[in-house]
Amino acid sequence: MAGHKHPNYMAIFWYLAILTVIEIAVVFLPFGKIVNGTLLCGLAIGKAALVAMYFMHLRFEARTLGMIAVTPLAIATLLVFVLLPDGFAVAKKTDDSKKVAPAATSKH
Amino acid sequence: MSQALTVHGAAVEPAESPLTPESWGKLGMWMFLAGDAVGFGTLLAGYGAMRATSADWPNPFEVLGINLTAAMTFLLICSSVTMVKALEWLSRGDRSRARMFLAFTALGGAIFVGLQAYEWTHLIHRGLHINGNPWGATLFGTSFFIITGFHGLHVSAGVLYLLWAISVVARRPDPRASYNFVEITGLYWHFVDLVWIMVFTFMYLL
Repeated sequence: MAGHKHPNYMAIFWYLAILTVIEIAVVFLPFGKIVNGTLLCGLAIGKAALVAMYFMHLRFEARTLGMIAVTPLAIATLLVFVLLPDGFAVAKKTDDSKKVAPAATSKH
Repeated sequence: MSQALTVHGAAVEPAESPLTPESWGKLGMWMFLAGDAVGFGTLLAGYGAMRATSADWPNPFEVLGINLTAAMTFLLICSSVTMVKALEWLSRGDRSRARMFLAFTALGGAIFVGLQAYEWTHLIHRGLHINGNPWGATLFGTSFFIITGFHGLHVSAGVLYLLWAISVVARRPDPRASYNFVEITGLYWHFVDLVWIMVFTFMYLL
């Protein structure tokens, strides 16, 4: 970065501030959990990208460094899909045991 | 050896160029941050999976409130700006302004930690504990304190790191001699800001 010109940091600040206000406004939108959730995830990723690209100067660095930075995001996203089946299995087991418990008590 | 490679350049691969020509320290910080990001990513992915599969997960927006945390988010964004401004002034050779902006950044971080302590105290009084809460799933409190606590520790460490950077800038006679050190400090600080953007969205807004 030392050899590059500094970007307009105040412009990035205003983008981040405006995106934060939009995020808070999205919470009150009546579009349902999936649409609101998708919008919020998109806005968060956009804000994180602005911080990484301009404040952390990733835009001016070697592309390989960017790939190193993005890898944890890919790992975390994959991890959600790895954990979800296990979580659903545990939730189903808990539901089943709740259904069995009243049936067992009604016999006495 | 390198001469030999140049002479027979057509037959061998071109020499690798370093990812961060400025310093190995910068590459080291990027590697540390990538590892730390996996830590935060794992915590947030675990949080997402627990929440998606829980039948009685409380609505965080209603339980935690967002007024204070929205202000904390804005504060961290401001501190990121003061951090890059410190670097900008350092590149222009103005050591005193660079130190002033580094001090603003550290102050922003310290206020953030203070507000987080206030938020925790308030929520604990309302019944949110690491092993239970009056609103639903026990893991709601567990995940809240672990994730926000892990981030708060990073901010606290960042404040100490910034104080160290201020002393480095003060000790080195040539302002440009501390540019690389401050840039590496900034990478850590912006990472802490970036993680909070994710924590704020996933733990408070969603």
